[in-house]
Amino acid sequence: MSRTMNLVLNVWRQKSASAPGQFVRYDAKNVSDHMSFLEMLDVVNEELSAKGEAPIAFDHDCREGICGACGVVIDGVPHGPNGGTTTCQLHMRSFKDGDEVTIEPWRAGAFPVVRDLVVDRSAFDRIIQAGGYVSLRTGSAPEANSLPIAKVASDSAFDAATCIGCGACVAACPNASAALFTAAKISHLAMLPQGEPERQDRARKMVAQMDAERFGHCTSHGECEAACPKGISIGFIAKMNRELLSAMVTAPNEVAERK
Amino acid sequence: MDLNARAPAGPIENRWSDHRFQSKLVNPANRRKYHVIVVGSGLAGGAAAATFGEQGFNVSCFCYQDSPRRAHSIAAQGGINAAKNYQNDGDSTYRLFYDTVKGGDFRARESNVYRLAELSVNIIDQCVAQGVPFAREYSGLLANRSFGGAQVARTFYARGQTGQQLLLGAYQALERQIDAGTVKMYPRTEMLDLIVIDGRARGIVTRDLVTGKVSAHVADVVVLCSGGYGNVFYLSTNAKGCNTTATWRSHRRGALFANPCYTQIHPTCIPQSGDYQSKLTLMSESLRNDGRVWVPKNVADCSKDPASIPESERDYYLERLYPSFGNLVPRDIASRRAKDMCDEGRGVGPDVAGVRRGVYLDFGDAIKRLGRAVVAERYDNLFQMYERITGENPYDVPMRMYPAIHYTMGGLWVDYDLQSTIPGLFVGGEANFSDHGANRLGASALMQGLADGYFILPVTVSNFLASQKAGAVDTSHPAVKQTVSEVEERINRLLSIKGKRTPDSFHRELGALVWDQCGMARTEAGLKTALQRIPALREEFWSNLSVPGTGEELNQSLERAGRVADFLEFSELMCRDALHREESAGGHFREEYQTDDGEAKRNDDDFSYVAAWEYTGDLSSPKLNREPLTFEYVHPSQRSYK
Repeated sequence: MSRTMNLVLNVWRQKSASAPGQFVRYDAKNVSDHMSFLEMLDVVNEELSAKGEAPIAFDHDCREGICGACGVVIDGVPHGPNGGTTTCQLHMRSFKDGDEVTIEPWRAGAFPVVRDLVVDRSAFDRIIQAGGYVSLRTGSAPEANSLPIAKVASDSAFDAATCIGCGACVAACPNASAALFTAAKISHLAMLPQGEPERQDRARKMVAQMDAERFGHCTSHGECEAACPKGISIGFIAKMNRELLSAMVTAPNEVAERK
Repeated sequence: MDLNARAPAGPIENRWSDHRFQSKLVNPANRRKYHVIVVGSGLAGGAAAATFGEQGFNVSCFCYQDSPRRAHSIAAQGGINAAKNYQNDGDSTYRLFYDTVKGGDFRARESNVYRLAELSVNIIDQCVAQGVPFAREYSGLLANRSFGGAQVARTFYARGQTGQQLLLGAYQALERQIDAGTVKMYPRTEMLDLIVIDGRARGIVTRDLVTGKVSAHVADVVVLCSGGYGNVFYLSTNAKGCNTTATWRSHRRGALFANPCYTQIHPTCIPQSGDYQSKLTLMSESLRNDGRVWVPKNVADCSKDPASIPESERDYYLERLYPSFGNLVPRDIASRRAKDMCDEGRGVGPDVAGVRRGVYLDFGDAIKRLGRAVVAERYDNLFQMYERITGENPYDVPMRMYPAIHYTMGGLWVDYDLQSTIPGLFVGGEANFSDHGANRLGASALMQGLADGYFILPVTVSNFLASQKAGAVDTSHPAVKQTVSEVEERINRLLSIKGKRTPDSFHRELGALVWDQCGMARTEAGLKTALQRIPALREEFWSNLSVPGTGEELNQSLERAGRVADFLEFSELMCRDALHREESAGGHFREEYQTDDGEAKRNDDDFSYVAAWEYTGDLSSPKLNREPLTFEYVHPSQRSYK
């Protein structure tokens, strides 16, 4: 059986990157507990639109927890109270009648607000551009089974590769550090033989780009791991640090400079 | 119109290699002079853009998402087929080709399908080398599973996130080219029209979704990899942003639209829970490998706790009706049978508008047989997803499933080179119609997207460019300005109606209409009803739409309005195609055309062709062109999975 509830929302509204923002109160009435959080916002938006008011802008796409597009801070917690969940997979059964809910965008200098709850996460793309790949031309690959990879290594690499690039780690970190995001990609490729030839250069370049984007440093608060919808372990940050140290010891003069 | 597929002749196993050899090359020193536009950054578009960049072309890639990593290919769960025969279970290129032609109910072009099967093995090599963490055996070699109706284990998978891992591989290759300066990426940018000059595709008009700026981009070739049109049904498993605007606008500019009535319903999706529902979530078909599908034998049991219904009172209807394939029958059959059970009143789950629309997918036996740990290893992330959405734990309670629109086999008509009927406009991935006929087999969409993107388009687009002079037009051309002004005028029209209904309310109404009349089962009368109501709904849209705000800002209502406007036009063509095709084939099931035991009944004498529709300027009277299909290798037979 479904139950319904009435909520009060305090939503961050900001018309553009340069405009000042503020919280605005909205009533969300007759919300079914089977609704997803974003469906609840859809209903609020339909009502706003019907009144000719600008609906609340938020990023979302697959609504299956895999594309990484969605993400808002709900009562101070990125992706809301449940843990291990993207905002789109959060359902209203986690709330109760009469709750007052505060909804904000990711807050980080490297993620400027575009509008309302939408932020610019292109810094993540630039970190990948710095070296988050295997330099491989299409068609040059050897036969797939010519390179056996121990299941345990492959599985560990997978644990890092599940990052969806949503940015909750940055939003959760008091320093707005992108260490978990960057470490996940460095670790994914460092644990596989395919990533070996560029391993050191990759670690140097990606970390340099992360710094250049003005993300903060990691001081091991662990908030990122707690907020990560895919449960990516903070252990990968330690791995990233080892990768970087090893790269710098091996070839200290080649620390990459990136814009 | 003369529809020349330009499919090569000769022995089928030599066709692609011969064709590739005969394709012309562009001198490496000249490649940067050619501007290639790629629309879409999913498996087809991302792979193509990265590969064009590696080849040295000057590439611009566009996507509506904030990053190319978010294209909807990312949501594919189950896997990707390849004829590697690693399991030594009798697989081969020919068998994959055979299965795909048969699975498509003999409505695909043999030459294309063979090439797809042939390239499948290269895709796995490519992705493994990129670092895609496919599942492995303890030997360290790649693991496979059997998937969606295949009797061999040829599916490669990466937990339940195969699409994500493959897309990240393509995305990383693309980012590498962006860094190298060969690809310029335009995220949050939507293509709103195609620029055609003297019958040639010469560029696109886009809207920057942040600033609202409308711009023209001219190029030597345009490659659309903009996905399918499943969101015409409003509720589908597609991402919310998926749309048909790029393909539909190109259709209006002269590209023929092929087989729009071939839509695929996926049998295992989480049932709708209420009328606020914004999308449906697919649960990978791989669940059917170990889950058993059933409904109660008695209508009276349908509202009971499933645990209280004894074995003897359960109807494992797929195992009963199809003893040899059982729960692994192809998607169209599994879907239609689920609908039949619910229509009979034997559905389970919440009663929505008087009907329970759900069937059980039960892992009780699998957990007994394999143990909870093995089941968790295979499906845990899917189980977790199901529990988040429904609040029910599949380890304890059977899942509830119902079919939903998932994939669209129809799309822009393309020849063997993946070129549309507009020279210079190529179409890859789900956006084209080419390889799946009337029904796509599981784990074949990722295969097709990557075959098109990594291996086919780079050859055929190069061949096209080799005979073109680079940079023949610039943005000062009057046709470019004309197209831009038409786009701006349309945006202004959407904003100036100032009516009462939101884009979503029209979209929901359209979706419900086409789902009822042009969904899992179609009838002449139903389709005629839809064809009457769609133009009326379109008229109301253009007189009673409400879009708050302006065009010069991030305006998500405006984005939706434009997409819904195109769905309102496209849907009419889809229904018209379904009405004209007086047979049942694959995902197109016409109730009038079925065998005595309720299976799809093809009419090869009259309908063994690709229906390629031409825009005439009047939405209600498109012109039908036919590309006859001939089968030299796989001879049409009645599909039987009994």
